[in-house]
Amino acid sequence: MDKSYFTMFSLNPWHHYLTSLCRSETPARNSRCKVCFLGLVQSFSHYNAVGQRLGVSLVQAKEKGQLIFFEGLKESLSVLISQESNTKSQAIDFLRDPSVGLRSLYEFVRCTVSSSSGGGEKGADGAEEWGPPVLLVDDLSVLLSLGVTVGTVLDFSHYCRATVCSQLQGNMVMLTRCDGEEEADDGDDEGSERLHRGLTHQCSLTLHVQGLPTGYCRDIHGQVEVCWRRRQGDGQHTQKKLFQYKVHDKGASFFARGTSSAVL
Amino acid sequence: MAAPLNSVGKLSAERSSFSSNATSFQKKTRSKLISILGTRPSVQNGQLLVSTGVTSLDYLLGGGLAVGTVLLIEEDRYDSYSHMILKYFLAEGVVCHHELFVAAAQHNPHDILKELPAPILDDVAVHKPVEQPRLSCDPTDSLDSMKIAWRYQNLPKVQSALASSSRFGHYYDVSKTMEPEILQAAKCHCFYLPDHPTQSSPTHSPMLESYSTLLKSLQEVIHREGFDVAAPMSKSRNILRIGLHSLGSALWSDDLSCHDNPRHRHALTTFLYGLRALLRSSLSVAVVTVPSHLIQDKALMGSITRLCDNAIALESFKGSERETNPLYKDYHGLLHVRQVPHLNCLASQLPDHKDLAFKLKRKQFSIERLHLPPDLSETVSRVSRGEPAGALQPVARVHPETNTWTSRTPTQSPWATSTWNAEALSSLPW
Repeated sequence: MDKSYFTMFSLNPWHHYLTSLCRSETPARNSRCKVCFLGLVQSFSHYNAVGQRLGVSLVQAKEKGQLIFFEGLKESLSVLISQESNTKSQAIDFLRDPSVGLRSLYEFVRCTVSSSSGGGEKGADGAEEWGPPVLLVDDLSVLLSLGVTVGTVLDFSHYCRATVCSQLQGNMVMLTRCDGEEEADDGDDEGSERLHRGLTHQCSLTLHVQGLPTGYCRDIHGQVEVCWRRRQGDGQHTQKKLFQYKVHDKGASFFARGTSSAVL
Repeated sequence: MAAPLNSVGKLSAERSSFSSNATSFQKKTRSKLISILGTRPSVQNGQLLVSTGVTSLDYLLGGGLAVGTVLLIEEDRYDSYSHMILKYFLAEGVVCHHELFVAAAQHNPHDILKELPAPILDDVAVHKPVEQPRLSCDPTDSLDSMKIAWRYQNLPKVQSALASSSRFGHYYDVSKTMEPEILQAAKCHCFYLPDHPTQSSPTHSPMLESYSTLLKSLQEVIHREGFDVAAPMSKSRNILRIGLHSLGSALWSDDLSCHDNPRHRHALTTFLYGLRALLRSSLSVAVVTVPSHLIQDKALMGSITRLCDNAIALESFKGSERETNPLYKDYHGLLHVRQVPHLNCLASQLPDHKDLAFKLKRKQFSIERLHLPPDLSETVSRVSRGEPAGALQPVARVHPETNTWTSRTPTQSPWATSTWNAEALSSLPW
């Protein structure tokens, strides 16, 4: 899947389906894609632990240079507490002053993915060429909670898409979260709703994850609506499919509506 | 997740006891198991858990509060029960010999600490340096030599004062306050906001001065006392319990709870992000209470919830019409579980049922299911609900068609309009 850009949404805060699909990107490690992971809400050991259960060693990938993990939590402390200009961790500068924007974060991403085209050197075999880069972001809506405006976040995702997808033929996966119950006339919530709409417009595949409309169920954790946007000749063709899912320890299983093993 | 998980390694199926003497049931692991008093590994995913002080809340949260996480408590209207849970949490820390950090803007943290409930235990170690525990390792102690149970002769009679309660989760008597001697043995750090005058330095950060002072003070304590995960392992490790009272209220100079469109929209969320960063890199656990009933913006409350790991909301019946409703006669309020984390794994431990009610008894804060599901067996009789709830009901009657006795004890009024057959009654949990 080249020239594509996925976005994932998790609507219902009760179901933290979160990065289960992010894990599905890890098989890309085998085909030597360079991965840039912006982990803004969880520490690296969380993803490492999950990856180990799925059979992927993130620590190894990090050591080989295949995975560049940006740990937002760790970098943020120095900025939030000391409040001094620190030339080391510039990518997280938006925490000090959100109006500055996400430019430095984008620069970090650009440097990371662009260096893949130069190839990582690997000893006697000669330069090891990395495949098209993959950018994973977890998650974008936390940026809104930290004071960054919606326009800035959309600009950031647009710039990243231009670099990663168009220029370098790579893929992007972004996760955002929003609440299901939003009042239509609530002006304050414009933020996450606008972000949702803006990202849906930009991306080619949307996975809309939410809880079951009928309520909470232990065996079926929720439903996923998959929207493909293809450009075919005269117009856009949107293909939608609805699945239900259940999250296990080692992954998630998807099935058509009504065919859960608990029901049949 | 915080790095202790890496050093804890793979745990065997049998839980090894976390007293000061490691048992022989420990699986040999490459890394040394850290055994900290008052903690235990989770059965599900090996996380290091601490007790919140309320055993039923521990059960709800999947065994306990994981070290390195934040529990958000949305306060009830008069901040009575959430304050109680905070005190339970701190009291549990005192009993387990953890260090405490209490921050408040309304009450002085020292006053909060004086009001902690008294633990109900005989084996809570009170540090009495005068008395030496007598270990009857000397079999020639003729006075106490056992004639029949002589195999138990060599076991210590009195539990040593140093190996204090290795139990996980204790009970507290709310009518008594903790004795000062027990409290003095615990190390407490207090942060009272009026004691920290804010210097208004121009900063573009969305975080307020009060929150950044608190965050700075927290980080200082964590570094100084060695709670960092990166700190050298040679020192014996302990847990820092952080209790933050009523964040987001006006007393923290935050206008989240005052205005519909607050100016400092992102102050609390930025603080919570920094708190999360601090907690993930240290051996500490935090309980934060927020007056959510004052915050009008539901989306903002949603983002606050998402930045914490566990979140529960308390809704008390005090002062509301539900107080006199016979349906809720036995309970003091409702408890909603808003969020359960999934730490280091994909699946989270979701509670089985969402309708929970709590009741503060003298010796226990119990959380129970409010409604039993309908009995779907064939023998249940579905009597029409002509009788109003609360009217005098017969205690037992025979159903004319199926000839089964249906009985209902008078105290179980929440089920006033349903009849149960004897089988269903015998399977009730109490």
